[in-house]
Amino acid sequence: MRGHGTYVDEEKLVASVAGAVERVNKLVCVTPLKTRYNGEVGDIVVGRITEVQQKRWKVETNSRLDSVLLLSSMNLPGGELRRRSAEDELAMRDYLQEGDLISAEVQSVFSDGAVSLHTRSLKYGKLGQGVLVQVSPSLVKRQKTHFHDLPCGASVILGNNGFIWIYPTPEQKDEEAGGFTTNLEPVPLSDREVISRLRNCVVALVTQKLMLFDTSILYCYEASLPHQIKDILKPEVMEEIVLETRQKLLDLEG
Amino acid sequence: MASVVLSDAEKLYIIHGVQEDLRVDGRGCEDYRCAEVETDVVSNTSGSARVKLGHTDILVGVKAEMGTPKLEKPDEGYLEFFVDCSANATPEFEGRGGEELGTEIASTLYRIFSSEGSVDLKSLCINPGEHCWVLYVDVLLLECGGNLFDAISITVKAALFNTRIPKVRVLEDEEGSKEIELSDDPYDCIRLNVEDVPCIVTLNKIGYRHVVDATLQEEACSLASLLIAITSKGALTCMKKIGKGSLDPESIFEMMETGKKVGKSLHASLQKVLDEEESLGTTRQKVGFLG
Repeated sequence: MRGHGTYVDEEKLVASVAGAVERVNKLVCVTPLKTRYNGEVGDIVVGRITEVQQKRWKVETNSRLDSVLLLSSMNLPGGELRRRSAEDELAMRDYLQEGDLISAEVQSVFSDGAVSLHTRSLKYGKLGQGVLVQVSPSLVKRQKTHFHDLPCGASVILGNNGFIWIYPTPEQKDEEAGGFTTNLEPVPLSDREVISRLRNCVVALVTQKLMLFDTSILYCYEASLPHQIKDILKPEVMEEIVLETRQKLLDLEG
Repeated sequence: MASVVLSDAEKLYIIHGVQEDLRVDGRGCEDYRCAEVETDVVSNTSGSARVKLGHTDILVGVKAEMGTPKLEKPDEGYLEFFVDCSANATPEFEGRGGEELGTEIASTLYRIFSSEGSVDLKSLCINPGEHCWVLYVDVLLLECGGNLFDAISITVKAALFNTRIPKVRVLEDEEGSKEIELSDDPYDCIRLNVEDVPCIVTLNKIGYRHVVDATLQEEACSLASLLIAITSKGALTCMKKIGKGSLDPESIFEMMETGKKVGKSLHASLQKVLDEEESLGTTRQKVGFLG
């Protein structure tokens, strides 16, 4: 039986996109390597606000249509549970402006493919200081959790839509804030070095088409330590580091 | 210019990073990204070059044609620049969107090359007052990843280095009419001396410091930039300020000094790469657009 990404040509099943074949019982689908993000319920995404509309925000998530974040799906600061009033509507821009980055979860998918997001948990919300890397969604591995506090000293959010957010690990978890108060203090130099190195490692892994998950990023970070941060992006060094990472991952499996 | 939207926290992170001389990708304030230079990529031009500086991709083709010299300079040839910002680079350039940027870049290039001694225009003369070589330099923007002016000037220099102008002889008949004869050997050509061709170095002011070779994100954090044209010997030929912010005169001096230092090393490494490529000769494996 033919699934997405295939077509029948003279009684033969042919792939219409370049990608990996997935077989579920008798269903054959081809998932493309380079594609826009297709939302699925429960995915974690990192998005950028593009518009502030009447009762919702439009969020850019590298998909075919802009995603939607309804005001009612947003956590109010202080964690209160109440009806959204007209004052809340007028104060929308105080919470999220155009250009802000948020982490959210996919609540539902509309019939045209547009995704509806929600931030109804204290771990989601507006993102503060850090670095964003945009990669192809097919390179982010599906895992149980996408929020990782790496032992090297920084944290990373692997959005299913291909937006990778690398940021300094916050000291204490602010439970009450719910992610609305941005820490605007300068980030110390040691944390910056870790973040820059992680960013270059992610770019190196993506250039060599390796799947992104916490273990691969960590191995790549360790393999890159002998080199200077800015040298990681040189083609020769990139190949060497990713080769070492690939070897370590194979040893881990085998 | 293509721009990205950034959140305030991201901009703050970048500005603080520049203050401590550690940019987002680990570079210092005076480091350039990895650049790939390849010449002779387009077969039907007299000279061509392609430069990839991070995400910025520029292609330049030079065509040499015969024309009449300008009235005020009858014994010199001249250069004509045309910049095409293709919609490939960003959707903003679709239709006539890229025209404004294209004319701005072209006028900057005209200004830089109008200074005496950048290119030996007298070598382009065939018959004073009647015939001369006109070099049409076409710049094509394939991808926009920040720092356009630097990448374009590097590519133009590499393309001019690669340009081969056929040798011509002028024969005079008994009646006095002149005939132009092209030499039979297709490899018999004159090369341009690009030693004094300047390269542009853009210095963007971010916070209290300035950076060289800014990415799109860093350009979004900078309010004012200084564009200087430096020759390989470190001489400054042209200066232009862009951006809506203001620059302090002391910081302009600092930026000029940094620009001269960076420009000299840029020229040195570019010349090394061009000479290396030249030494490989015709057996060189061309990557072109397939790599």
